[in-house]
Amino acid sequence: MNASVPIKHTQAESDLIGRFDTARGALTGSVAVTALREAAVSQIRDKGLPHRRVEEYKYTDLRAFMKAAAPMAAAADEATVRTLLDSHDAFDGLERYRIVVANGAFLPGLSDIEALAGEGVSVASLTEELAGPHGAQLLASPKSAANDGVLALNTAFVQGGVVVTVKEGAEVSRPVELIHVAASAGAQISRNRIVVAKGAKLSLLETFAGDSGDGEINTVFDYDVADSASLATTRLIVGQSHAARLFTSITTIGAKAEFKSLGFIAGPRFTRNQQFVNFAGENSNAGIYGVTMARDEDLADQTLIVDHAVPNCNSREFFKTVLDGRAKGVYQGRINVAPHAQKTDGEMMTQALLLSEEAEMANKPELEIFADDVICAHGATSGQIDEDLLFYLRARGIPEDEARTLLVLAFLAEAIEEYGEDDVTEGLEARVRDWLTGH
Amino acid sequence: MLEIKNLHARIAEDHTEILHGVDLTVNAGEVHAIMGPNGSGKSTLSYVLAGKDDYEVTEGEVLFNGRNMLDMSPDERAAAGMFLAFQYPIEIPGVATMEFLKTAMNAQRKARGEPQLSIPDFMKRVKEAAGFLNVSMDMLKRPLNVGFSGGEKKRAEILQMSLLEPKLCVLDETDSGLDIDALRIVSDGVNKLRGPDRAMVVITHYQRLLDHIVPDVVHVLSKGRIVKTGDKDLALELEKNGYADYVDAAA
Repeated sequence: MNASVPIKHTQAESDLIGRFDTARGALTGSVAVTALREAAVSQIRDKGLPHRRVEEYKYTDLRAFMKAAAPMAAAADEATVRTLLDSHDAFDGLERYRIVVANGAFLPGLSDIEALAGEGVSVASLTEELAGPHGAQLLASPKSAANDGVLALNTAFVQGGVVVTVKEGAEVSRPVELIHVAASAGAQISRNRIVVAKGAKLSLLETFAGDSGDGEINTVFDYDVADSASLATTRLIVGQSHAARLFTSITTIGAKAEFKSLGFIAGPRFTRNQQFVNFAGENSNAGIYGVTMARDEDLADQTLIVDHAVPNCNSREFFKTVLDGRAKGVYQGRINVAPHAQKTDGEMMTQALLLSEEAEMANKPELEIFADDVICAHGATSGQIDEDLLFYLRARGIPEDEARTLLVLAFLAEAIEEYGEDDVTEGLEARVRDWLTGH
Repeated sequence: MLEIKNLHARIAEDHTEILHGVDLTVNAGEVHAIMGPNGSGKSTLSYVLAGKDDYEVTEGEVLFNGRNMLDMSPDERAAAGMFLAFQYPIEIPGVATMEFLKTAMNAQRKARGEPQLSIPDFMKRVKEAAGFLNVSMDMLKRPLNVGFSGGEKKRAEILQMSLLEPKLCVLDETDSGLDIDALRIVSDGVNKLRGPDRAMVVITHYQRLLDHIVPDVVHVLSKGRIVKTGDKDLALELEKNGYADYVDAAA
């Protein structure tokens, strides 16, 4: 064991260690899963929560932010979940299938299981799978996320989630919305595995409803995009909340496959959206987009590592951030190109628009290239609203507030439009307007 | 319609005075041309009229249909009927031209207490005006001015002018960057808007534009003042002899 001097635990760290002891009996899983949970909680015990002296968390100090850790949320009351779902429509009436996870547990009764089965999509409970012979594999971490503190927190406490499998060749005709509902206060820890089999196609919408009070939300999405498959994931993190919102994506992309994702953050006090993307097969494309809005004292962090482990793949990373008040935005993006990953084409851009003097943006785009025949570019900009654009709009009769709104929307819409999932464009732009008008 | 009296204006940032007492009266139904050498203050005059806050008025007044225009914000001026066709129309990424037109038209209508345009009514107006100016549907779907050629930008400006139906049109070097065919299309668009209730101020370096948009009155602006006023023949004389006489006279 590590013989270094034990750290002095913060209140939150003590709470988490205590919470693990309390919850131990309720946390399901095979022997191997239990061992992984123990190891994860040991990591928290030994190293604490991730903090600013850990490079990946330099700008997003979870240890300083999390003053205490709330108990785990109890099982959700189904009637409460129904009520919350009735008032939840993040995409303005878009036709879609629904899968519901409430307080960290899959609710098949509220999910469109039969309709999805008809489309070639099966949905299983992660909680049950964790108890099975392959349980531990469901909690595997990629190399680039080894020792990640947020992922460790998830592994230690994961309550449940879903395993969604789109069978070979199935092209799901409507988007599938995976809704996480916080039906009562308390920590909500879930993990989902999404398998899009060879030649299959899926558009996944990830939304969150309800209020977890002081409880943190920690959700992991593990995507397996097989050869010639296509997956688009739209993650919508909106609404106000004062506890930490922590999201991790792990993506493995096969050959000749397409992966697209959009991470949309608007409203929570503290959000970390981190992604680990790995190209495992050649001739594939990934488009990773981010739209972030933060005001007041909000902190919003978009972090990603894209591993070009094989040759002949393209990746595009395009992130837009709008900050007001004393908000802080963080973008950390790294493209790694392995020594033999020739003909890699990577293009990363992060742009921030600062609406106030006190807002702050940390932009950190990085390239780490070990191959010699690649095209890779990265860039970062931070600026204010262009007064000349504003004057032009006002000279056409558009009042100043409306002109500013139009320009902010236009700034963010560039990323939404390039993401190019037409089904969700309108809904996303409406959510931008919600934020701009303070809803 | 427009009365400019002893207008002095300077650059807000460094206090360089550009306009040193401009006097100009434009009546409804008239087209006035303002000509002058580079640096004489032509564009500054157009920006001051539109309300750009890069410039400060230090003396004088501007009345627009009897109202003190200098007290109005740029959007209030636009709603009251002032339109500036920009010399360099700005590219606005992410704002589709069609959406922009609808927003601008409805914002002005709202400010004037008029009802919002219905979608079919709006579409009908746009199609008609766009057809006349040879503006394609493809252009209207693109973000405003983004990737437009010089000629397309100027046509888009005149399209906006046609749809917004202003009372006072100020055209700042609308001819710059236009080839002969584009010049004709743009001029036809402007001439179509001439009428007894509308006044125009056409700012240009060259007489060429005035062959197409024939002015009632021609002014020479030099070193921030109007130094000569005449009829359309003055433009021909300037084309022949240059500005040298007037530059010296103003000095």
